[in-house]
Amino acid sequence: MEKQAVEKARVAFRSGRSRPLEFRANQLKELKRFLNEKEQEIAAALKKDLNKKNAYVANTIRGREIQLALENLEQWAAPRPAEKTLLTISDEVYIQPEPLGVILIIGAWNYPVALVVQPLIGAIASGNAAVIKPSEVSVHTAKLLEEFLTQYLDKDLYPVVNGGVPETQELLKQRFDHIFYTGNCAVGKLVMEAASHNLTPVTLELGGKSPCYIDKDCDLRIACRRIAWGKFINCGQTCIAPDYILCDQSLQGQIVEELKMALKEFYGEDPKKSIDYGRIINQNAMKPSVILVTPTVLTNVSPQDKLMQEEIFGPILPMLSVGSVDEAIQFINQREKPLALYVFSHNKKLIKRVIAETSSGGVTANDVLVHFSVNALPFGGVGNSGMGSYHGKHSFDRLSHLRACLVKSLSMESMNAVRYPPYSQKKLNWARFFILKRVRMGWLSKLFVLAIMTALAAVVLQVTIA
Amino acid sequence: ITSIYDIMQRARAAFLTGRTKSLKFRTMQLKALQRMIREKEQEISDALKLDIGRVKESDEVARLALEELPKWTAPHAVEKTLLTVMDQVYIRSEPLGVVLIIGAWNYPVALILQPLIGAIAAGNAAVIKPSEVSAHTATLLELLLPLYLDRELYPVVNGGVPETQELLKQRFDHIFYTGNCTVGRLVMEAASRYLTPITLELGGKSPCYIDKNCDIHVACRRITWGKFVNCGQTCIAPDYVLCESSIQHQVVEEIRLTLQEFYGEDPKLSPDYGRMINKRHFHRVMALMEGTTVAVGGESDEESRYIAPTVLVNVAPHSRVMQEEIFGPVLPLVCVQSLDEAIDFINQREKPLALYIFSEKQKVINRMIRETSSGGVTVNDVLLHFTIESLPFGGVGQSGMGSYHGKHSFDQFSHRRGCLVKSLTMEGMNNVQTTLIINKIKFQKHSFRFLWFLTEQKQASITGL
Repeated sequence: MEKQAVEKARVAFRSGRSRPLEFRANQLKELKRFLNEKEQEIAAALKKDLNKKNAYVANTIRGREIQLALENLEQWAAPRPAEKTLLTISDEVYIQPEPLGVILIIGAWNYPVALVVQPLIGAIASGNAAVIKPSEVSVHTAKLLEEFLTQYLDKDLYPVVNGGVPETQELLKQRFDHIFYTGNCAVGKLVMEAASHNLTPVTLELGGKSPCYIDKDCDLRIACRRIAWGKFINCGQTCIAPDYILCDQSLQGQIVEELKMALKEFYGEDPKKSIDYGRIINQNAMKPSVILVTPTVLTNVSPQDKLMQEEIFGPILPMLSVGSVDEAIQFINQREKPLALYVFSHNKKLIKRVIAETSSGGVTANDVLVHFSVNALPFGGVGNSGMGSYHGKHSFDRLSHLRACLVKSLSMESMNAVRYPPYSQKKLNWARFFILKRVRMGWLSKLFVLAIMTALAAVVLQVTIA
Repeated sequence: ITSIYDIMQRARAAFLTGRTKSLKFRTMQLKALQRMIREKEQEISDALKLDIGRVKESDEVARLALEELPKWTAPHAVEKTLLTVMDQVYIRSEPLGVVLIIGAWNYPVALILQPLIGAIAAGNAAVIKPSEVSAHTATLLELLLPLYLDRELYPVVNGGVPETQELLKQRFDHIFYTGNCTVGRLVMEAASRYLTPITLELGGKSPCYIDKNCDIHVACRRITWGKFVNCGQTCIAPDYVLCESSIQHQVVEEIRLTLQEFYGEDPKLSPDYGRMINKRHFHRVMALMEGTTVAVGGESDEESRYIAPTVLVNVAPHSRVMQEEIFGPVLPLVCVQSLDEAIDFINQREKPLALYIFSEKQKVINRMIRETSSGGVTVNDVLLHFTIESLPFGGVGQSGMGSYHGKHSFDQFSHRRGCLVKSLTMEGMNNVQTTLIINKIKFQKHSFRFLWFLTEQKQASITGL
């Protein structure tokens, strides 16, 4: 069944219908229509899967990505002129974006609609076909996508394939032109390994322990409000949630108090009763279910604690004390590169230092999560947190082949004399000059240069005859 | 003798000291490379001649990188959303760490130096593994690089399959491999164990389509040059020709005349004509000619690994020579009846590293480019897209993944980190309702010229690494 879906998608891609810009724009509009018209159904599915309040925020962001793609499609898909060399001054030199073919998009369960739709926007915009595999853990959303996506989008080009591990393994045996996976490292490795059999390029959006450093010189009330928002939204099940806090011992007490106040303000006295507080998806059960874990903050956590050995992905916020920003930087660098890094400080110099001396997928200073929403920024990991990036134009470029094109004419053959054997030292010197000279020129200068070139051509002929 | 593991650890420790971060350091290393090419020109030339029968490869290296490094390494401000209009929003290019560069034997110096320049410019450490097949160059690089570059950061590791396998067991932050598909798969599989990103510069059968209505004389001169340079052992050499049977004879004659002009009556005696790299490849290419009709050339001499420049005619699509990348001085001509047939022929096969089209009709050129895919394209010439540094050089599908040259090398070896620096004020903005309302309003530059002016001033304060 998986094999059939992929083959159908490939045949559909080969027909060429996903390539015209009108078609791509049309599919993007249909996707937008789906998100708008089925808003209630999506919200209901998300509520059943994760007790999410509504899909409004997610939908707005997706809507914005679609809008961006629609507005810029023509520009993104157009040939991109590139800088010429002296030898190619009268030629066309450009980069042509092209679709890759059939993309496999494997979604995740924590933002089950967003993490399928966002890469899908990129796939459609760049003219590809895409096989969509939602996470089976977010059961209701998976069913919803299977039922509705094909009602709005081209059935053959964008099939939805549901299923568990066996179905995913079967999919990974098929040949794709790119695999886009969101999830964890362990499966990420398997995806890359499967991809290697067909030399399929991959984008892996993974995770890690995203550190959050709070400086002494900082407005703790605001910092803690923002951290509490970003940590406990979706019950901590966000790949870029602040995983743990690093701060000076002396700040811990105050931070705890501020976090408590923020939590009370967001979720009331009893988060269990708050309609805004999410649930943990329990993957280990035979049938995925949801469980409640109240927001938890732990102090004086030690680096050896179990909590510090893997990504928490839950509403538990450990705090570790560090004596200085140096110690914090060292701590971060001793660990795998995280997907996100957070720094809270009034001191811009300190922020710059932390950024310069660490690495991570992305950074937000003095807030959390929000670099995700700026679609001009490439969103992705580095090292164990992933490879490749997307959002906005980055999605388009990631799922395209940027093909180098040089269009010359069959005239001016005498210019080529320098490169043909039999070789002499003189010839080689001329060849070197022409090939390596870079040019940044306007239109008028080109005419001037052409005149010079004609004269040079005469000289060159003399050289070769000599 | 230090183990590969120790060499790795030393490179990583050297990287972690942070000394590759400064522009000054990177510039110094790149200038040292330039000096090496200049000062050791003769030694490099001699090694190349012994390995591959040719004398010159790359020359002025790293010029672009040296000129542009400050620009490439500076944070790059990007378009903001209305909500982030008062913030610093930029992309920062950062080194990845320790990269592995595996070279190939056909351009043994260039295929190490070009990626190495990118790796150094981007601030990485690099372990260099030249191809053992081009043995003299491999030995020379092992000798020379430590004399010019930082010894700990850029070690050269030589050896055969066991050493390469040992290297692939180590953890790198990027692996750059030039070579064939089979080994490419193994490199990717090894990389997957550590989630190491890779660049694979592979190969394939690069088709060359000749439109019957073009200047066949000029087309054939250019094709002959590109095919037989380095004895056909170029990853982007025109592998085979597609043309209508009506012009086949003319194509053969033009190539024959051109060959005579380039290499004389007997190419074996020409100092400019190369040799097959080793006996194994010599036999491989000779075997490919099995069952074909030779129109030009065909002679060979096993002792000197010489294969004459050869043109085959009326080649059948299922013949041996059409089943794998030739990588030798044998040019099959395959007849097609039309442009449609040529396009279908190309699309039925794996995406090649390069595509060549000879035509003076814009319509033909556009159709060919639009309806096929390949790493790169040169129209009305061959190989040259490789020489333009502003064009990304790389494959697609079986011909590879990733690209390099010029700034693309720098980018390939960097992590482009998205950064958003806000301030701890304007907390009211974070109220969800406000956020949503604002998001619905499009950020129009001309409407917010004053705000934009303000932010430009702020952007100017983003400096340093």
